[in-house]
Amino acid sequence: MVPLSWYLILSGILFSLGVLGFLLKRNIITIFMSIELMLNAVNLSFVAFANYWSTHPVADKSMIPLSGQVFVFFVMVVAAAEAAVGLAIIISVFRTRETLNVDRVNLLKL
Amino acid sequence: MVHQVLFIVFGLICVAGAINLLAQRHPINSALSLVVVMASLALIYLLLGAEFVAAIQVIVYAGAVMVLFVFVIMLLNAGAEERTRGSRIALFLGVPGVVALAGTVGWLLVSGSGKFGGVVIASSTFGDTRAIARLLFRDFLLPFEITSVLILIAIMGAVVLGKREG
Amino acid sequence: MTKNLHLWAIPLLPLVGAAINGLLGRRFKNAMVSAIALLFTAASFAWAAWAVWSAWPGSGIALPHIETLGTWITAGSFSAPFGFYLDQLSMIMVLVVTGVGFLIHIYSVGYMAHEGGYYRFFAYLNLFMFFMLTLVLANNYLLMFVGWEGVGLASYLLIGFFFLKDSAADAGKKAFIVNRIGDFAFLIGMFLIIQHFGTLNYDGVFGKIAEGHLAPEAGWGLFTAIALCLMFGATGKSAQVPLYVWLPDAMEGPTPVSALIHAATMVTAGIYMIARSHAIFNLAPHALQIVAIIGCITAIFAATMGLAQTDIKRVLAYSTVSQLGYMFLACGVAAYSAGIFHLMTHAFFKALLFLGAGSVIHAVGGEQDMRRMGGLRKLIPVTFWVVTIATIAIAGIPPFAGFFSKDEILGAVFHSPYGGPVIWAIGVLTAGLTSFYMFRLWFMTFFGELKLGSVDIGEEAHSPHAPAQASHVTASHSHGHADDEVHGHGGVHESPWVMLAPLVILAVLSFVGGWVGVPQFMGGHNEVEHFLAPVMQSGPAVAGEAVSDHDATTFHAGEATPENTREEWLLAGASVAAGLIGLFFAYLFYYKSPELPERITSKMHGIYTMVLHKYYVDEGYGAIFVKPLLALSTVVLWRGVDQGVIDGLVNGAGAASQGVGNELRQMQSGNIRSYAAWVAIGGAAIVGYMIWLGVTR
Repeated sequence: MVPLSWYLILSGILFSLGVLGFLLKRNIITIFMSIELMLNAVNLSFVAFANYWSTHPVADKSMIPLSGQVFVFFVMVVAAAEAAVGLAIIISVFRTRETLNVDRVNLLKL
Repeated sequence: MVHQVLFIVFGLICVAGAINLLAQRHPINSALSLVVVMASLALIYLLLGAEFVAAIQVIVYAGAVMVLFVFVIMLLNAGAEERTRGSRIALFLGVPGVVALAGTVGWLLVSGSGKFGGVVIASSTFGDTRAIARLLFRDFLLPFEITSVLILIAIMGAVVLGKREG
Repeated sequence: MTKNLHLWAIPLLPLVGAAINGLLGRRFKNAMVSAIALLFTAASFAWAAWAVWSAWPGSGIALPHIETLGTWITAGSFSAPFGFYLDQLSMIMVLVVTGVGFLIHIYSVGYMAHEGGYYRFFAYLNLFMFFMLTLVLANNYLLMFVGWEGVGLASYLLIGFFFLKDSAADAGKKAFIVNRIGDFAFLIGMFLIIQHFGTLNYDGVFGKIAEGHLAPEAGWGLFTAIALCLMFGATGKSAQVPLYVWLPDAMEGPTPVSALIHAATMVTAGIYMIARSHAIFNLAPHALQIVAIIGCITAIFAATMGLAQTDIKRVLAYSTVSQLGYMFLACGVAAYSAGIFHLMTHAFFKALLFLGAGSVIHAVGGEQDMRRMGGLRKLIPVTFWVVTIATIAIAGIPPFAGFFSKDEILGAVFHSPYGGPVIWAIGVLTAGLTSFYMFRLWFMTFFGELKLGSVDIGEEAHSPHAPAQASHVTASHSHGHADDEVHGHGGVHESPWVMLAPLVILAVLSFVGGWVGVPQFMGGHNEVEHFLAPVMQSGPAVAGEAVSDHDATTFHAGEATPENTREEWLLAGASVAAGLIGLFFAYLFYYKSPELPERITSKMHGIYTMVLHKYYVDEGYGAIFVKPLLALSTVVLWRGVDQGVIDGLVNGAGAASQGVGNELRQMQSGNIRSYAAWVAIGGAAIVGYMIWLGVTR
């Protein structure tokens, strides 16, 4: 039996790596992928808790233990939509700026 | 016991893939590492008894979203990253902040792991499709419908943004 | 039964006239303006006369007659009403003010006929009447102070009437500012009265004193403080030492202004105030002594300065200061009714002198320097005769008005513990000097040869505050009086009847005006003193200790033993002799041997220069007070406080927000990664906070 905290630690590691990538990488698409990584980490956390609450009863009767997995479903839908629109934006940025380097896209400044 | 071993193996693969995503310079390599991460995550979901989620993880995430990423990378044909000057804030504040946060969370979890119990597969009907469908179309019907509207909007947005001028 | 005399109408009628002329007069013709002004002034005089007649002692109305229109200020336990107070003292004052004021209004119609700003002049003049009447009719110190300040304002407006001339504008400012210094002391006095008596109403304050059986203070106490403060206020308004310096400069204003404000009415406000407050002064012997000394010093000081002046109006100005010194002296020896009597006769003959001088100036086309006048006796006979009457009156020669009032004062001074023979002697000497310089004026103006334009007057002979002495007679814009060319009649000519009629009336009054105060030892009944006696009783007199008005002058009315009568005749004779000696010397110096003055002044060149320059008092004040204050204002208040602190704060606020904005702007760098970093940091902070909450719970 795997302790819950292991799943959460894994989720945390993946999330931190995602943030690091978000901060340190220069390619817009790579940054986007880091965002996806973060979302995945969160999904893992949800599923782990869904399992946990279904085996360890909770006092609040209105909480549905399996709703964690349903939420993962929604997260995936949103992530897909976001990826679609975001990549479309990246394509149009690329058309104007001819570069995928995020440091070059700095015209919106004071 | 078996579960622990499996978890450690696939967890390590996950982390390795994530690190590789950061380490690679060419975005296509990062994309493929991300696919690896997603695949191993799917397996971990199976360990947790979430069959449906594991399935859609592979189908939607790895199979659609990542394919989209790969298509765009190949379409734009952006080469390897060049070194440009980044943001000082990101380097000096962001990174340590996140590392600190991660460390704190990790330490808390480790120290409190005794309070949590273990995770087992409750029953064979736990995470199966029927249960999820029951939830989705009964308790979470409204969000479900709204997400379909959301997808519609995303499609329209993507089409508009992707159209070439003129 | 107390009849309502509607005393409020007396001040308010001129105010209405001022308002109409001030607001609408610009569009009126001169005749309309003067008609309005004269109408309201005459109405005020008529009303005052009717009120006085109705309330005359013995008519059934109890005096003092108080009418209140309502409460003006209520602050805690203190309240000040709009109230009017009619008693014998204010009766005399109100008749003098309205009567002489009305005559001067008539005179001004002629004098100012060719001036610009005609409507403005009459508006200000009526405004002045309003404030002065408020002052004399008020029933509490606060309302009196309103009138006090108001006449100062009217004086400023009228002195600076020819505001385009720098010297006139400066003179107006000087008058107002110097008056302000006195007013400050007056305010302190009023505050002390409020603190001690809880009220500023006359009946409240004087009633409390009367029933309090208060013995006079032995030393320097509260009443001395109050009295000294009030006295200092009076020195400002009544041009005593040390605050007299504004009055000579005030001659920049038109001559009717000098006559009304600086001879007959405004400057007497201080005397009136002291006479009104006699109850307080009688309790403070030290203050009375100081008043007497100041009056005496002022009288002789100003008389000496009048000796050397060459501008006809300046001579009269210093004469006014000197005569005010006499009145102050009278109050200082507690002979208040004598002071008021002299106030009344002085109003007559001084107004006449000023108006006559105005007539002379008008006749010679704007010239004011006496050295260029002469021989006008035959050319302007009416003016000559009225000015002669006034000169004899001021010199104190019987049976003209000035003699009786001046003799009254000098007699009181001789017998009073606050006066004594020394001060009496100075007073007599001053009388001699007065006679001398007045007859000097008379001789220089009316006798000898007319020297218009033919005498070259060197620059150093000009007194520094008479820039009007241009070397060209025709440059009479500096006097504000019309040129000969504009007149259209050439040469020296008599003034029109509208100017002469008031002169004649005043001359008659200067002749007979003293006859209401003929002292007992001469066979008269001294009506003035008996008239004012009920007012001047300061309460149950503690025999032998309290000082009442009768103390000094009782001698006259009291035991009329042969020795006393002889003493009185001697004293009277001394002052008449002084007057005649002054006349003789003036005759000698300015008629018989005109070269004598030159010889004497060249021998005493140092002293003469000092007197000519008025003992350099103005320069002294300038160096001690004006320059340092100006420097302080410029350096500390203007540059330091205004520019540095206030502007600094305001500009600093602006600069600060600019600076902060500049710093904050750095965040919007356009660099996406730094934005991302901020988001990450923010998120980390929130999560950290939630962890902290969970851990510490």
